[in-house]
Amino acid sequence: MSQFLPEAIQAFLPNTIQLVYLVATGFFIVGIRRLGSPATARSGNQLASFGMLMGVAVTLFDREIISFEFIIAGVVIGALIGAIAAKKVKMTAMPEMVAVFNGFGGGASALVAWGEFTRLDPTLFETQALVTTGLSILIGSITFTGSFIAFGKLKGFIPGGRIALPGQNYINLLLTAVALGLVGWFTVDPEYQLVFWSLFGLALLIGVLTVLPIGGADMPVVISLLNSYSGLAASMAGFVLGNNLLIISGALVGAAGLILTNIMCQAMNRTLLNVLFGSFGGGDDGGSEELGDKSIQQTFADDVAIQCSYAKKVVIVPGYGLAVAQAQHTLKEVANLLEEKGVDVKYGIHPVAGRMPGHMNVLLAEADVPYDQLYDMDQINPEFKSTDVVLIIGANDVVNPAAKTSPGSPIYGMPILNVDEAKRTIVFKRSMSPGYAGIENGLFYNEKNQMFFGDAKKSLQSLAGAIKELD
Amino acid sequence: MEDLIFNLFIFVLASFVGFELISKVPPTLHTPLMSGANAISGITLIGALIIAGGPDSLYAQWIGFAAIVFATINVVGGFMVTDRMLEMFKKKEDDK
Repeated sequence: MSQFLPEAIQAFLPNTIQLVYLVATGFFIVGIRRLGSPATARSGNQLASFGMLMGVAVTLFDREIISFEFIIAGVVIGALIGAIAAKKVKMTAMPEMVAVFNGFGGGASALVAWGEFTRLDPTLFETQALVTTGLSILIGSITFTGSFIAFGKLKGFIPGGRIALPGQNYINLLLTAVALGLVGWFTVDPEYQLVFWSLFGLALLIGVLTVLPIGGADMPVVISLLNSYSGLAASMAGFVLGNNLLIISGALVGAAGLILTNIMCQAMNRTLLNVLFGSFGGGDDGGSEELGDKSIQQTFADDVAIQCSYAKKVVIVPGYGLAVAQAQHTLKEVANLLEEKGVDVKYGIHPVAGRMPGHMNVLLAEADVPYDQLYDMDQINPEFKSTDVVLIIGANDVVNPAAKTSPGSPIYGMPILNVDEAKRTIVFKRSMSPGYAGIENGLFYNEKNQMFFGDAKKSLQSLAGAIKELD
Repeated sequence: MEDLIFNLFIFVLASFVGFELISKVPPTLHTPLMSGANAISGITLIGALIIAGGPDSLYAQWIGFAAIVFATINVVGGFMVTDRMLEMFKKKEDDK
């Protein structure tokens, strides 16, 4: 757009653009900081989006941009698709949505590097630009296909279990080494088309092959890691173009994704290497056999209603099953009825409840559960001793005592909610089948525990009805 | 070579800022944070604009066009969906 401006102003443009980029960078940093507290989070996100708008608007005045047909068409189409997807998506499908958006972001970075390489004479490229072009294409393409495989696994288009050849991990490591070798070759001989295309194709393939073997339960960790990758890819594209805003924002996101990934792994008591290369569940499991043929106690809505209504303190432990049954609103109704009876109701949220850290908080917020009733694991664990009834709804592995008691179990060492310290636990569950991780749960056989079988939503509806009848 | 060193400095320092910013966020906000950070990674849109608006080759412009569509989906969708999530975080007093 610079050609429309008077020449006197044009002289200042390059510096002005850089200064606006600097301001936008500040908006991103302050925005991410504000995303860290519930009270300021929304304004933080708005601040970051405003920073993005500034960055994009001022870039249109870059001297290199002289035609706008492609830009207008691309922005309109992309904005429409993005806006419709963001409006329509269900809150339970949030992990899939983030995966898809992330995949597009990574893909865009690979395309930017490819486009820059295509439009300029390769012999003019310096070594640093060639290395980062190669890396941008490699990381961006892995992010692109990896994210869509993660999406497919979460949606159920692709079976959630481990899909792999024998020795798949070694094959993947070998392919990654070959890909890095191709980046080196490309740097030395950028005009050799075969190397360029092999690198592109191989990167796309690596994205598929590294995500396919990972189980569905670990997908959030993978998405978080891929989020970090897409930041890195954007940063590499920034090196190619010599654009500070891209380098900085990409690095910020890259670091953010890595920290988040680490937090998620810690919550499951696993290392990132174990998530990426080790299979989980399904194998031999020392913890399950000793459970033997112990008996369970079954209970029904009327009885649960009485126990809860006459309790002083009730803690609700929600899990993904609650979200799948779309029962958040019914749960909120039950909690309201109990509060009217003077019962102290709290929600205990495990860090990996739902499918991503914080996912359960979002789902409950959607049902208007105030966030000051939601307690993290560390806050709620000391309270179970004084709790009369714990309602465990659609959660399983996060309350499995095997994590504390049986060293042979795959989840041994994972911090759990100590619900067995409460006077009574009631598990809402469809059937006795093991949880997502495929591990038996000894809590079900505890003498203080009762099972309330059925679909979470229907069970909660009948519970709400039974509580009302008590009046 | 000087450019590379300068850019590397920026890259490394920005990474440290990112580590510090993120490590202080409570678990409640991890999902919106992941989604918001993801929208920021769509910053590659700026690079896409330069490719698609450049005069050098039609071929590159088409690649830039695809990059703009992809990046805009990431940016617009990411920020909107994050806003939708955060809109729902309310304190009890606000309801009544």
